[in-house]
Amino acid sequence: MKYSLGIDIGSTTVKTVLFEDEKIIYEKYERHMSQVRAKAMEMLGELRPILEGKTFSVALSGSAGLGLAEACGLPFVQEVFATGEVVKKTEPDATAVIELGGEDAKIIFFEGGTDERMNGSCAGGTGAFIDQMATLLDMDADEMDRASLEYTRIYPIASRCGVFAKTDIQPLLNQGARKEDVAASIYQAVVNQTIAGLAQGRKIKGKVLFLGGPLYYCHGLRKRFKETLGLSDEEAVFPEYGRYSVAMGAAIYGEKAGMSIDIDTLINRINDNINTTVSANRLPPLFENDGEYEKFCLRHAKADVEKRDISEYEGGAYLGIDCGSTTTKMVLLSKEKEILYSFYSSNKGNPVEIVREQLEKIYRLCDNRVKILGSAVTGYGEELIKNAFGVDLGVVETIAHYTAAKHFLPDVDFILDIGGQDIKCFRIKNGAIDSIMLNEACSSGCGSFIETFAKSMGYEIADFAKRGLFSKSPVNLGSRCTVFMNSSVKQSQRDGATVEDISAGLSVSVVKNAIYKVIRAGSADELGENIVVQGGTFYNDAVLRAFEKELGKNVIRPAIAGLMGAYGAALYSMRLSKSGLINGDTLKSFEHTSKSAVCKGCTNNCHLTVNTFSSGKKFISGNQCEKGLGLGESGSEVINLHEFKRNYLSRLSSDSNKESARGIIGIPLALGMYELLPLWYGIFSSLGFNVRVSGMSTRRTYEKGQFSIPSDTACYPAKIMHGHIEELVASGVDAVFYPCLSYNMKEEGTDNHYNCPVVAYYSELLAGNMESLEKTELLYPYLNINNKRELAKKLHGLLNGRFGSIGKNEIHRAVRNGFKEYSKYMSALAKEGERALAYARSNGKRIMIIAGRPYHIDPEIGHGIDKLAASLGFVVVSEDSVFHLAKPQSVKVLNQWTYHARLYRAAKYASEHMDTELVQLVSFGCGVDAITTDEVRAILEEKGKFYTQIKIDEITNLGAVRIRLRSLIGALEQ
Amino acid sequence: MAKKHPDYIIFTKEMQKEYTVFIPNMLPMHFTFIAKVMQNYGVNAQLLTTSGQYIKDTGLKYVHNDTCYPAILVIGQFISAIESGKYDPHKVALMLFQTGGGCRASNYIRLLRKALAKAGYGYVPVISMSFAGMEKHPGFRMGLPMIRRLVYAVLYGDLLMLLRNQCRPYEINEGDSDALASAWTDRLAKEMSADNRFSYKGVKENYKKIIEDFKNIPRRKEKKVKVGVVGEIFVKYSPLGNNNLEDFLVKEGAEVTVPGLLDFCLYCVYNGIIDTEMLGRSKLAYPLWKFAFNFLMKKQRDIIDCITENSDFEPPTEFTHTVSLVKGYIGLGAKMGEGWLLTAEMLELADKGIKNIVCTQPFGCLPNHICGKGMMKPIKEKNPDINIVAIDYDAGATAVNQENRIKLMLANSSK
Repeated sequence: MKYSLGIDIGSTTVKTVLFEDEKIIYEKYERHMSQVRAKAMEMLGELRPILEGKTFSVALSGSAGLGLAEACGLPFVQEVFATGEVVKKTEPDATAVIELGGEDAKIIFFEGGTDERMNGSCAGGTGAFIDQMATLLDMDADEMDRASLEYTRIYPIASRCGVFAKTDIQPLLNQGARKEDVAASIYQAVVNQTIAGLAQGRKIKGKVLFLGGPLYYCHGLRKRFKETLGLSDEEAVFPEYGRYSVAMGAAIYGEKAGMSIDIDTLINRINDNINTTVSANRLPPLFENDGEYEKFCLRHAKADVEKRDISEYEGGAYLGIDCGSTTTKMVLLSKEKEILYSFYSSNKGNPVEIVREQLEKIYRLCDNRVKILGSAVTGYGEELIKNAFGVDLGVVETIAHYTAAKHFLPDVDFILDIGGQDIKCFRIKNGAIDSIMLNEACSSGCGSFIETFAKSMGYEIADFAKRGLFSKSPVNLGSRCTVFMNSSVKQSQRDGATVEDISAGLSVSVVKNAIYKVIRAGSADELGENIVVQGGTFYNDAVLRAFEKELGKNVIRPAIAGLMGAYGAALYSMRLSKSGLINGDTLKSFEHTSKSAVCKGCTNNCHLTVNTFSSGKKFISGNQCEKGLGLGESGSEVINLHEFKRNYLSRLSSDSNKESARGIIGIPLALGMYELLPLWYGIFSSLGFNVRVSGMSTRRTYEKGQFSIPSDTACYPAKIMHGHIEELVASGVDAVFYPCLSYNMKEEGTDNHYNCPVVAYYSELLAGNMESLEKTELLYPYLNINNKRELAKKLHGLLNGRFGSIGKNEIHRAVRNGFKEYSKYMSALAKEGERALAYARSNGKRIMIIAGRPYHIDPEIGHGIDKLAASLGFVVVSEDSVFHLAKPQSVKVLNQWTYHARLYRAAKYASEHMDTELVQLVSFGCGVDAITTDEVRAILEEKGKFYTQIKIDEITNLGAVRIRLRSLIGALEQ
Repeated sequence: MAKKHPDYIIFTKEMQKEYTVFIPNMLPMHFTFIAKVMQNYGVNAQLLTTSGQYIKDTGLKYVHNDTCYPAILVIGQFISAIESGKYDPHKVALMLFQTGGGCRASNYIRLLRKALAKAGYGYVPVISMSFAGMEKHPGFRMGLPMIRRLVYAVLYGDLLMLLRNQCRPYEINEGDSDALASAWTDRLAKEMSADNRFSYKGVKENYKKIIEDFKNIPRRKEKKVKVGVVGEIFVKYSPLGNNNLEDFLVKEGAEVTVPGLLDFCLYCVYNGIIDTEMLGRSKLAYPLWKFAFNFLMKKQRDIIDCITENSDFEPPTEFTHTVSLVKGYIGLGAKMGEGWLLTAEMLELADKGIKNIVCTQPFGCLPNHICGKGMMKPIKEKNPDINIVAIDYDAGATAVNQENRIKLMLANSSK
């Protein structure tokens, strides 16, 4: 009898399979809660009775198995390879395998030579991601799976990575979307990410095997895969051994590797290596000794607030509510600013219900002695809660927090708030908010991250945090983003890090991320003298300590750190003397329903969530503009240069020369085409082509093309290009035109005039990756648009013959016409820009330059941020409509990209005008904007202006943007 | 042409006398030569060979972490060197190599200056070394004799790297190849300092002797998996940037091939030619580019000939052949970052029979979206037996993820 043992240690689970000849006689699947080696020992212990006295072969696999195998000198096989070998044996007719693990997603294609792939570094659509999302829904994985089967609609959820998806999901929950729908949407996001990120254009068809833990347990996920890929019951195979395929592969490999071992030797080997390596990548401990910790505690205990027993209090009271992204906080204050009642809890996916419960409780406690005289609400859910319960005031978060911080430290000059998913920092100068820094989607290393992490390791957050305090050597986990940190944790586990080390390491990472990425401070002095830190995350002493250590400075943490928003809101409401808050009786019959709808106001087709309350009031969210609220166009003139540009370009987008004999040229309205469309349109129309321009993008456009995107970290404006090409090809054009332009238009005062590599050469990628371009030719000549003669020569070579005979003179004339169209467009822009500025000034309106790249005006890329700004009362202009009003800007970086040079000049203009604000739109993954953002900020801050940056991607969460813009307004109005 | 930016500190002649000039270590052997050449011309060049987590941490402190990883490393390494306490910060200067171009890497020098200012070392001069002459520093002038020597530094470096890579996996006495390479590095570096006796004839004789010496290293006759490494120039070459990729691959039983630095130089020169031929730009510089190109091509041919005539070692691929390979994949106008060369090098490796390739890139590298990841599908379609893995390097990326993916590539290669 021959025995072979396969052990697969992944990022979250350990799987063991024992073969007796060809038969599996033992199998086990268990979560290891990051105790990799201990768990492996435990499982081997179970095997001892079966294997006692026998020799067998063994091999390890899996990402966490790698380190163990190395340390113990055991055979190791890469997990995807192992899977491939198993499937070839068990299902020789399979065409593809999709395997999802805890942190890695894999695809294997068998046709035309085996092609095995794993996800890139920036992906989160895996088991760990599903676990995190379940936590967010306040469900366990099984409940989420059951719920997902009851869905009625699918929401679009960003599939770039876990952090982004979360940013989409959180507001859906806060807006009252059904959990069933959200659950199914999460699965759909996993499916999309797997297909888009891994198949990258290769069709998944035929007999497909689905393997790995998540696909074994989640029936909803299976369903989504089957439907999305259009597989029949026969084609989609979910084998019983799905969870064990890697372990089986390891066992088979072990046999070949030929190492023979007995159970005691194996156990001893692993045992000997349990505490061998401590990697060099460690940090100094947070506290050297207990004494240090005690002193620390004593110091912070001083920042407390007065409390008063509500049952003994009589008189007026003020209510503050902070409805945040993941938690809801409430504070009831007496007239003397003593806390009568406070509340802090997770939203559990339904903040309305939580606030209702709490109000009932508060009214009960108030009896008839305490009368609420004022109420205010702040946070993500501000509008929702305000409408639901008739809260008197809505306060912008920044103002609420500043109001609260001032109470603890009247001359506070820096506030750092780390909440569940936001980091907010603001500087205070002369009693007013001077600059605001908020984290971007991709640096969300905040509180909820530590919390989900604690849970995944089987700890409550408080306990987890406490353990970190006394770690001897915290692990260094980096600070790029949570997905990366996740894999750093995995690595540290491989190196034998303890829970204590990981907990402390996470705290340090959160702090470093806040200081170096969000605040972008080089030294402690840049922050200020009197620093207040707050937000629920700072309850965690390890985070607080890490922050003080990193700064080398003591800070104030109010005892109510997590309640500061609500506390500030309550203080803010003290200006009132009579409240319109829903009363106790009406509250008893309070009802709340939510349903989803699609707005028909314009072509954006925003997904709306309509909340209806028993009072008859409605609250609608998900809308990008005011139309969704049923208000229609507002009375006064709305000037929005983004809209102007869209309209202008749309006029060029309708087919020209319909009866053309020359043929149809398709032009994708994406990337650089948003700038140069008039040029190419002019040239091709003049040559008598029927020019067909793809329309503005929608989410659907992206989805049409997402399966041929080879690089998942490219920017959204580039990814959306694929959809435009699909649309053009489907519409039957003769050729698609998107030239390669290393150089953009030369404009004065710059070092050079490049395009970024993506704008310049994206056609190369399209030609290589889009199968639809095999049918329709993509024309992508390398052209020099700064030399009309060269341009004409090249175009002649390209077009003459291919589209009948075209004379040289004809081309030269066309090029002249093209440039005429282009300068007409640019001067129209400049003129309209000036008109907008004049209008704003004569009507006393504020101006907002929404600056970025030309393609940021696309409604799907810019997500209607321009409309949002317009609805907040700004006159909206674009960078390319006002930059001519400022002198070329000398900057500290190489000013060699045309679009950026405009950005700097637009910033200069904003810095010189009191009534003009600049908001910079930055696409996630834009490498060059890592450089421009610091520069633009410097230009603005030099003149004491606010710098606001909005990172955009697939994410459609306008809630966060609204808060940003309102914070800006709030700060301006001080 | 770049206009004057008065905000940078000029490296003066006086400074040259007493300042230490730090140079980042992109390629250990090549840059040892380069430092040596500079020392001969009166610049007290010092190669930074430090490594460790603290370099990343320092870099992240002063550079936006969305900036490319090489910038974070190089700047982190510079600032940690200044802060090491071993040097008087008022007596050091930093040198960076620049090619200029549409990639954001052209901005390293400005980013470095910003970082220095932020760290309180705004007074430290930063010297830009570029053949395009983007900035002027009286204390550092590249005359023709120096440029000539730098060219040989590249040629020697490439040859030593090539031979060492071909011997190391097979050597019977561990360490032979490295020892020989470093002995030659020292010897050649010394030779370069004897300025006046420097002749091309001597160089060619050295080639022969080097080849002879490597031939004499006792080696095993076995067949190992050949793995090529391509990618963004810094992470491709620098062990600091790629978590000691070469060592890892050798340990896993592979023979590593890394295309030489000369290819990149030729690529930069060739782009000048293309700019005129394809776009009708900069016609004045055209003859110069042509001359430089022919000069370098001649040098490359000499090395190739010398290797084939004197040994069984696999010589480098002739650049003109490399260029011809990209036809049908990517246009020669794609010249930002590594541009079309990255695609070409993958094809060059495949052409040589090296079917297993690690394509290295900093996380979020813009040109690599197109020339690296963007070209993998067409390359795989036309070369079905090719086995490419793309690996992202970043301050936050973990070795375990990288190694696991490389292991997958290796597992597939042994079939």
